[in-house]
Parts: sequence; C-alpha cells; structure tokens
Amino acid sequence: MSQETRANPRPGFVLEVDRRTPPILFHHGEGFRLEKLPVGRSRVIYPGEPLVGLKDPDAAIRDALLNPIDDDPLPSLLKPGMKLTIAFDDISLPLPPMRRPDSRQRIIEAVLDMAAEAGVDDVHLIAALCLHRRMTDDELRHAVGDRVFEAFAPHGLLYNHDAEDPDGMVILGHTDKGETVQMNKRAAESDLVIYVNINLVSMDGGWKSTATGLAGYEGVKAHHNVHTLRHSKSFMDQDRSELHRSNWRQGDIIKAHGPRIFQIESTLNTNTFGREGPMSVLQKREWEWTTRDRASFAAMHAGLNRMPPAARRRVFHGWKAPYDMTSIQAGEVEAVHRKTTEAVYAQHLVPVSGQTDVLTMGLPYLTPYNVNSIMNPILVMVQGLGYFFNLYRGKPLVREGGVLIMSHPTPWEFHPVHHPSYIDFFEEVLAETTDPVEIEQKYEKQYAEDEWYRHLYRTSNAYHGVHPFYMWYWGSHAMQYLGGVIVVGGDPRAVRRLGFRPASTLEDAFEMAEDVVGPRPTVTHMHNPPILMADVT
Amino acid sequence: MIADQLAGKRIAVTGATGFLGTALVERLLRGAPDCHIVLLIRAGRRSSPSQRARREIFRNDAFGRLLEDRGKEPFWEEIEQRVTVIEGDIGKDGLGLDEEGRLELSRCDIVIHSAATVSFDAPLDGAVEVNLLGGTRIVETLKDLNVKPHMVAVSTCYVAGNRRGRAPEQLLSDSPFHIDVDWRDEVTAARRTRADFDALSRTAEQLEEFRKQARNELGAAGTPLLAAKTEQLRGRWVSDQLVEAGRARAASLGWPDAYAYTKALGERALDESKGDIPVSIVRPSIIESAWAEPFAGWIKGFRMAEPIIISYARGLLKEFPGVPEGVIDVIPVDLVVHSIIAVAARGHAGDGNIDVTQVASGTANPLRYRHLVNLVSGWFTENPLYDRKGQPIAVPEWSFPGRGAVERQLDRVEKNLGRADRALKMLPLRGRQAMVTAEVEDRKEQVSRAVGYVKIYGAYAECEALYGVENLLELHQSLDPADRDAFCCDPTVVDWDHYVQNVHLPSVVEHARVKTTGERSDPDQRTKRLRSRVLAPERQIAAFDLENTIIASNVVFSYAWLATRRLGPRDRMRFTLKTLAEGPGLLALDRRDRTDFLRHFYRRYEGAPVDDLDILGPQLLADHILTKAFPAALRRVREHRRLGHRTVLITGALDVVVKPLGPLFDDVICAEMSQRDGRYTGELLAVPPTGEVRAQALRDYADAEGLDLAESVAYADSSSDLPLLDAVGFPVAVNPESRLASLATKRGWLIEYWSKAEGGTDKALPLGPLPASRRSRK
Repeated sequence: MSQETRANPRPGFVLEVDRRTPPILFHHGEGFRLEKLPVGRSRVIYPGEPLVGLKDPDAAIRDALLNPIDDDPLPSLLKPGMKLTIAFDDISLPLPPMRRPDSRQRIIEAVLDMAAEAGVDDVHLIAALCLHRRMTDDELRHAVGDRVFEAFAPHGLLYNHDAEDPDGMVILGHTDKGETVQMNKRAAESDLVIYVNINLVSMDGGWKSTATGLAGYEGVKAHHNVHTLRHSKSFMDQDRSELHRSNWRQGDIIKAHGPRIFQIESTLNTNTFGREGPMSVLQKREWEWTTRDRASFAAMHAGLNRMPPAARRRVFHGWKAPYDMTSIQAGEVEAVHRKTTEAVYAQHLVPVSGQTDVLTMGLPYLTPYNVNSIMNPILVMVQGLGYFFNLYRGKPLVREGGVLIMSHPTPWEFHPVHHPSYIDFFEEVLAETTDPVEIEQKYEKQYAEDEWYRHLYRTSNAYHGVHPFYMWYWGSHAMQYLGGVIVVGGDPRAVRRLGFRPASTLEDAFEMAEDVVGPRPTVTHMHNPPILMADVT
Repeated sequence: MIADQLAGKRIAVTGATGFLGTALVERLLRGAPDCHIVLLIRAGRRSSPSQRARREIFRNDAFGRLLEDRGKEPFWEEIEQRVTVIEGDIGKDGLGLDEEGRLELSRCDIVIHSAATVSFDAPLDGAVEVNLLGGTRIVETLKDLNVKPHMVAVSTCYVAGNRRGRAPEQLLSDSPFHIDVDWRDEVTAARRTRADFDALSRTAEQLEEFRKQARNELGAAGTPLLAAKTEQLRGRWVSDQLVEAGRARAASLGWPDAYAYTKALGERALDESKGDIPVSIVRPSIIESAWAEPFAGWIKGFRMAEPIIISYARGLLKEFPGVPEGVIDVIPVDLVVHSIIAVAARGHAGDGNIDVTQVASGTANPLRYRHLVNLVSGWFTENPLYDRKGQPIAVPEWSFPGRGAVERQLDRVEKNLGRADRALKMLPLRGRQAMVTAEVEDRKEQVSRAVGYVKIYGAYAECEALYGVENLLELHQSLDPADRDAFCCDPTVVDWDHYVQNVHLPSVVEHARVKTTGERSDPDQRTKRLRSRVLAPERQIAAFDLENTIIASNVVFSYAWLATRRLGPRDRMRFTLKTLAEGPGLLALDRRDRTDFLRHFYRRYEGAPVDDLDILGPQLLADHILTKAFPAALRRVREHRRLGHRTVLITGALDVVVKPLGPLFDDVICAEMSQRDGRYTGELLAVPPTGEVRAQALRDYADAEGLDLAESVAYADSSSDLPLLDAVGFPVAVNPESRLASLATKRGWLIEYWSKAEGGTDKALPLGPLPASRRSRK
C-alpha cells in the first residue's frame, strides 16, 4: 500500500535484524551505501511515516493569528504609525529547503495582509541569522516569496541581520547568571516583533528564536560554550538542556526590557524525499521496496557514481522537500513553543528500550550550515556528534564509552566563500588539538574578533569567524561521552584531523569498534533522515 | 734551532689570508716566539686590511691550538704585539704601499711571498698580474727601498710543465726542455687580450645576446634588473674568454694551465729582476690538508682535490681521466710550511743565485693514482654520503679512460640537461611543477662543474713528471734533531693510507657540509626555519603581490567577471569567445612588458560607470575573489598583521577590483583609473605598480613610514616581481613559475605552495552570475 493513501501513517519503530533482513540503506554524503548488519545483535530504528499535513495551511495560519495562545489577536496589536519588525528563520531551516511556497512565505504574507489592513507602514523584514552567513537574494526570495521580496527588498526593508554592525546592536540587559542579552537594534526598538519560525527539530524555536537568532557574539557566547553544551543532555530535549535554560533566562530579560514578541511557530512532517518520484525510495523501509523502487535506487546509485562531484552536489542541493505543514501556533513565546514541541515530538519520537554498544549512522549530504554549499569535515563531525547523536530523549542511544560509527566520504573540501574561518580552524586549530576546552580557551577570542572574518561575515556570505568553534562545542558532549568515533569511507587524512579513526568498510569499522567495546557488541542503526528522535528508556 | 735562528727577525708575509699563508703565520707565531710578522694585505671591498687579518686569518680554527694554550686575552695581546698589518697589493706597481708601509717593509729581514691566484681557472690577465708580476714587483720595491732582505718565493712544481720523467730542483732556464719566451711580451699580450675581448663584448650582436640571456634567466623583471644582469653576463663572458685564452696559451707552451704557466714565467721574471737581493724559491706540488700541524686534517677553503672528491662521492663523476699507474703528487700543507720556514731560517748562500727547493712526494714517497682512487672509493663505501631521501650513494667504479672520452660523456649529459632546462622554462609551470625546473637546473650546474673539473684538473691527473726533492731532504737533515719533528719537511713520514682515509677525507667531508648520515632530514625543517624568520616579530613590512600570490586570478579574469555581470546569455558567449581568442596575444604582451599590457588592457574599462562597479565590489569578492583565493595566503596576511607587521598589497590590478580585499591589509598600492562624469576613462592616473615601479613604490612607502626594507618581507610569484623581492630582506616565492623557482632555490628563499580551497569552482573564464531577473523561475 502506498504511503499516499494511508490515512494513519505508521509510527517509527525498532527492527531487530535477523537473517531475512535485507541490506540497510546508509546515507553517505552525496551518495548511499547498502550495508548488512550483524544478525542477532543489531537493530534498526526507523522514523515514523510523514504525518498528514494541514488541509488548508493558509486558513490554519489565519486562524492561529486571530486566535493566538495567551496573547491578543494579531490585528489588535497592529496600529498605524507603529514600528513593526518581522524576523524569520534563515537558510538553515528547514532541511532540505522546502518547495515553494515556503512556510515563511505563507505566514509572512498573512501577517503583512493584516498589517496592511491596520495601516502599518513601517515594516522591516529581517533574516534572523545570528552568526550564520548572509542569505543571497535568491535564497531570501525563496524564503519569503516573490511578492514580498519585490515589495521590500528593493527598498532595503528586507535584509539580513548584521550582528557585527557597530550601530546596529543593543544590549537589553543581563540575566541573574550574568548572561548578556543582545538584540538587533531595529527589532529592539520596534513596537512589535513578529517572529516567524519553522520548527524542524525540537531544538529550534521558543526563546532561541529571538534570544539567539537576533543576537550577536556577545549574546550567544553565554550559552554557545563547552560548559553549557556538556550540560545539555541533550540539546534536543529542552527540559534537560542547559542551552535552553540559558536562552529562556535571556527570554525573561527580553520580556522585561525588550520589545513585545509575537511568536509564530510552525511544524513540518517528515515528507523529506516525497511519496513519489526518484528520491521516495529513501523514506521507505527496505523490505517494502518494490521492484520499481529497487530499479530506481540502482539507477540513481549508478548515475550518481558516474557524475563528477560538482554535478552530484548540484543534484542533491537542487532537491526541495515537499514538506507539509503539520501545525501552526502563534502568541506568547513559551506557551506557543510547548505546543510546537508536542507537534515535533509526535512526528519524531520513536520509543527505544535500552542502549547499545555501537551506534551506526549514515550521514546525508546536508547540515544546517551547508545549504547550497560544501559539507566540510567539521560539518561532518557536527552532523554526527552534534545533531544525530543528540537526537535522543532520556539517555543517549549508545552507552557511555560506546562507539559511534558514521558513514560519510568526509572530503577535505571547504566552501571558500561560506566557510573561510572553517578552513583556518581546520588547518590551524585542529592541527594542534581537538580538545574543545583547550580550543575554546586558546583560540576562540582570536577568531571571534578577527577583522577579516568580520568583514566577510558582514559584506560577503561567510559564516562568522567564531562559527566553527560552535560546531566543535556542539559535538563536545558526544566527544566526552563516547569511547571512540569511526568514519566509514572518509578521506583518512581529514578523518584523522578530526580526531577520529578512518575505516574503509563497515566490517572493518565493527572490528575496530570491538577493540573498544569488546567482542560481539550490540549494534543500533539510526535510520535517519527522515528525522527521528529516540526516546530511550 | 729554528726558533733561535728567527729570534728578533722581522718577517714580511704576502698571501697570508690564503690556505698556505694562514698556516705559515700560525706556525711562525707558535714555533718562532721571538720573531715579528708583517702582513701585507689588500683592503677588501668593505673591510680594512686589519679587519681582514682578524677575520680571515686569526679567527681561523688553525689558531685554536694557540688560543687554547695562551688564553683568549693574552692571545689577542700577542697578536697585537707581534703582528703588524700593512695595506698592500702585489697586483700594483710599488705594491700600493703608503709611507708607513714602505717603512715597515724596509725594516724586514725576510720576505715570504706566498700570494698567488691559485684558482686554476683564473682569467689570463689576472693570473699574469699576480702570479707572473707579483714577485718582480716585490723585488723592485725592495730595490727602491734600497734593502736586501732574504726573499722566499713560493712557486709550484708544475712550472716544469707537462712532461714525463724527472724534474729536478733547478731553475727553468737550466732545464733542457726550456722554451724561451719573453715574459714581458706575455704580459703585454695578456693585457691586450683583455682589451680585445672587452671590445668584442661590446659589439651590438654580443650585447643583444647578453640581453637575451638575461631575459631568459629573469623573465620580465624590468629594465633596471635586466640591465644589471646583462652587464654581469658581459663581465662574466669576458672573464670566461680570458680563462679560455689562458688555458690555450698555457697549453701551447706545454703547461697544464695558466697557473703553472704564469708561475713559471714569474720565476723567470724574478730571476731577471732580483738584482742582488737573495732569493730562494720553494715549489710545492698539490697542497692538501695538514699531516700534523696545527692539527691533522686542518684545511682552509675548498681547494683543488676537494670538489673532485665530493663530486665523486655524490656519484656525479662517473669517470675521471688519469693514468692509473701514474703518481699523484700530493703534499700536506704543514710540510710545505715547514720547508718555507726552514729555508727562511737557514738563509741564503749569498752567491747571487736562486736556490730551489721542491716540496713534493712523488719521488721519495709516491702515491699511485690507482691506489689513491682505491683508498677514496673504499672510504666512501664504508662512509657513504646520503642523498636527499636518506639513501646512501654508491660511488662509481672508475675505469681510467682518456680525458677526451670523459669530456665527451659529460658534454653529452650537459647538453641534454640544457635542452630539458630550456624546454621546461618555456612551459607555463607553477608551484611544485616548477620545482622540477629548479632541480634540472641544479643538476645541470653540478654537471657543468664536473665538466670544469675534468677540463682543469684532468691535466694534473695525467701528469707523469717526477719532482726531485734532494734539496728538500738535505734541508730536513740539516735541521736540529729537535726541529726535525716540530718542523718536519720529510715527505717520507706520510703514511698515505692513514693520511687519505683517517686525515684527509674526514676533513674534506666535514668541510663540504654534505649529508653523512641516513637520517631523513625533514625537508620541511628548512622551510619551517625560513618561515619562522619571515614571521619573526621584528619584521616591519609584509608586502604582497595579488595575482597568483593571494588569488589564482588575473586582471583579465576580474575584467571578464565584471564585464559579463550585466550581459545576457548570448552576449556572454560572444564575450567569452572574443576574450579567449585574444588570449594568446594578451599573454605575449604581458610577457614582454607588464606595464604596456596593463595600459592596453585597462582601455577596456573606458566608459564603465563608477557607481556600478563600486556596488559590484562585495559580489566580486564573494563570487570571484574568495573562490579563487588561496586560504593560506589570507591566513598569512592576517598572521603578519597579528604580529604587528605593516601589511601592504602592491598590485597592478585596478582599485575597483582590489577594493573588496582592502580590509585585509593595512595599506593598498594599486593601479588607479581616472574618471570623468561618473565614468572611467580607461586611462591610468600613474604608471601602474609593476616591475621596478613596484619596488620603488615599496621603497617610497617604507621611507614615508620610516620602516626598514631590510627587515621586511615580500611575497610574489613571478620573475617579473624580482625587483620587489630583491628590495626586501626576506623574499618569499609563492607558487613560483619556473624561472623564479630556480632563482628562489638558488638564493635560499622561502617557497610557499598555496592552493585554492578544495571544492571551489574552476572555470576557464570566470563570468559574473546572471542577473536574477534573467534567471528562469521555477
């Protein structure tokens, strides 16, 4: 039965691998591997099938704006002559980028209609990218739609947040823990800030949207550090995340001293690769592949292998996901976010009992930081040890001292425009040490305050100088927790530079893992993407 | 006792800075404590005679023994008291002495003349002035001063010429094989030869040839550097011709080379001009490292046999000519020194005749050529040199072919390498590939050196004369028994096996600074050392070239990007084809003259709107410059900046193009275009900073800022940047093209290989992205 026709999508589940289990799909950068897992001691965690989307998203949006949670209806907040700022999530969300119309476009158009009706004419639209790279015009156009882009961009009213603009940032205050709360000046001086979010994973949204998205280095260094990240177990589980506690404390300061925030959050289902078409096989379970699925997978695999790397990259980065909106809520930040999180969990959580000795994962071609770009070795690390490892609630999928095996080609490649400080971080810092604490103490300030990186961040399309450090901190919890990390099929030089061990096949990797965790270890494979989050008991 | 005989004597010494002279001065100071020494030394280009004496003589390790014995302070005090340095030049009539010098010389009891142009490939006229006329000038000066000290002149056994059989200790005029040529005619001819070749070197064809060579070596390095190089090549050519003329003249009269020939005529001239001054001649054979004094193996400078030995040990000399059963007449330096001192101490018979003492080993204690070769090859088999990869080098077996065969073989190799070198230089190579050129050139030089050795020294290895040493042995016997040990002149004491393997070869290898262990020397070690010097905090300016030093791009590319930014797909195609078609022509112009090229090319900007180009700046940075940039270069600029060095970008590129890179540097010096009515005119405001203009711009900058170029660093990629690189104390070649690669290797500059970020795009001609409105929308 095709997924399309299923009214009740099947939830995620755990498959025990036995002799009849076919080879399992591993994402492998801009390619794939089919791997046999050891029989009798392996299991595969599958994500739930895509939930059914909202039938009429535009109506749902309108409804959410008119009936917000713990807040007044949006039209009542809009007054002629007011200063209105609409901030929205940047290119890092969702992954992969979604097909037009983007949820942001739908929401912003609805908001702007109401603002126009109320006679609000001082409106700025800001991509809340914090220290991420500036979005290109094309990317902005894709996010907000042609109509909004044409109406605002030519007048300089739709633009990227600039956290290094000496005249563009303000300090709203400090939390009782001494954390600085910093915000984009235009937003801070607005009568109302409407934040438009796409909540892809449970880490996103809430106070993180404004406290982080509209802040700069001064503001985010309060929680973007090794200590905080090592006490966020995991940062995907906001109840046990120091990262979120810190953002929420900053949120208290925004509530007290900042502009009024009207939060709009939306969620997506996991229809990442489509229910039909060439990529749809990637979100099916292997034993359910039809002959046609097998043929199209084989064709895709063969075709990709024959392509030059640049062409392959274009093919993958050209993919736009046919996501459906599954929920939309607006109003007071914390109340809205509780509902959003429920919706995210409903799609992502898969109950799993017990931990494993060895955790395997196939890393896809994309992270939040290489949309239309190159997934450099540091991003490979952050994908595995940052995002995938932390996609748990309760306790990590792998036991403490266990081994993580990830599959990715890990080429020694960097995007010279997007990731200049990554190149230097890789060549200068990682060549010396991979210890997050030492890296933080010895190098962070120098990179964060580097004039050239600042220049590139502000005028070009470069991630901020300090960004690779945050990547490394993102992995610091896993680095401390794991007994070892093995990368299958990666460039050995690049893998070793990351402090990991290279293996050419999964079998070799299992052999190597046994040196750490002992013979005949239990193996768990995280069949992600589409995204799943393990609820480990 | 020699010490007693020389007590209270004032001894003048010429040639004291040389190998023999230094040993002589040392032995006199140590062995004759009551004599006074007067050193006649020529002023150096930048140093006075006394500075030269201190540096080149007394700081030599020969004096280690004396220094240790006396202690540091007393040693220098003793030098101060017992040594007088006077400025003089035996190449000049009257020896170039001032009044004080003349007075000092006139007070001397003994004059030891050991100054000579010993280089076996000296230009004819130089050898004539020093070797032939030197002795005569001394006696003329002495006559002029009206004094008659005992003169001991050092000559060479090889004055006997190329012949087989006995060569006794007698004046050449007494020899039956003597060819009577008038030394005065030879002097006149030699001087005229110099003038002739000098005139020849100034003909239009020759000068054109030198220019061609200079250009070939340096590329488009700019007029001043090319002119300097051309003049240097002209000088070298004249000198080479004179070397060849000297060799030819010597050969025509039966001498192995110009050295022996001029020395021989020098003896004749001395004999004729000596008047009633008592003269003794001491003729050593081939002088090599010390047998015992001041210590076994002592040697100064890299002399005749050493380069041959090292070339052999490096596996470079596959063959060397020579007669295997012939005698190689080698004599340790201390035996020569002792003989000279003994002759001086003994004094002259006062019979108006010149007495001759030959210091040679060939008759009393012969060393056969085959035996020597066996000893050398045995030693290097036990103690091989190592190549760069840490592999021991196996020494070749020599089969003792004739000289012609060896020369032909080497000539062949040299020619092939020359061809390879020329071919490589014509290829547009860069970075590590260009280093192949440097290696070929290095190899070529080694081979041509080997060819030189064979040509110059082959005659010596083939010489079968046997030098009589009766006078020498008699001299040794006449010594006080105690002196016979301390001032031993007897060649029979030398145990050749021990001397070659335990004394001479270890010393030669040590002095040659070659690899004697298999430890793989980290090739990065040198680079690291050079890099740390470049990045030392005390450096002042770090100047950077742009194209191919910081970005893999050029003015054509950035123009292409800017020009196509506003074009539609069809116009782009037309533009690309047109630019590609013009490529070869532009490239040729660029090679000829960078300034002309830039002027010509920048005309294309005529009429371009200023505002438009300004707005495109940031996009140009992201889309073009950063994609083409070398991340390591950007890192290096900032590293200099962090160290507090002044970072300057000096480029012939246009300000519009360079502007986005501005924040990377403290200052930017670039080409600027004039504007009219908001549009560019296509004409430059000033000569663009390329070639020598760039060096001058940097000099002006340093002057204005009060910074020191000797303490500064410059990064560039091509030989046209030589003026810039030459202007600073710490030049760095970045991804050098062939010519610069060879030069940088030769001059020991830091070479950096920087590449674009892996994963960046690579297009033949970078075009600007299509305007958003033209892109099809999905």
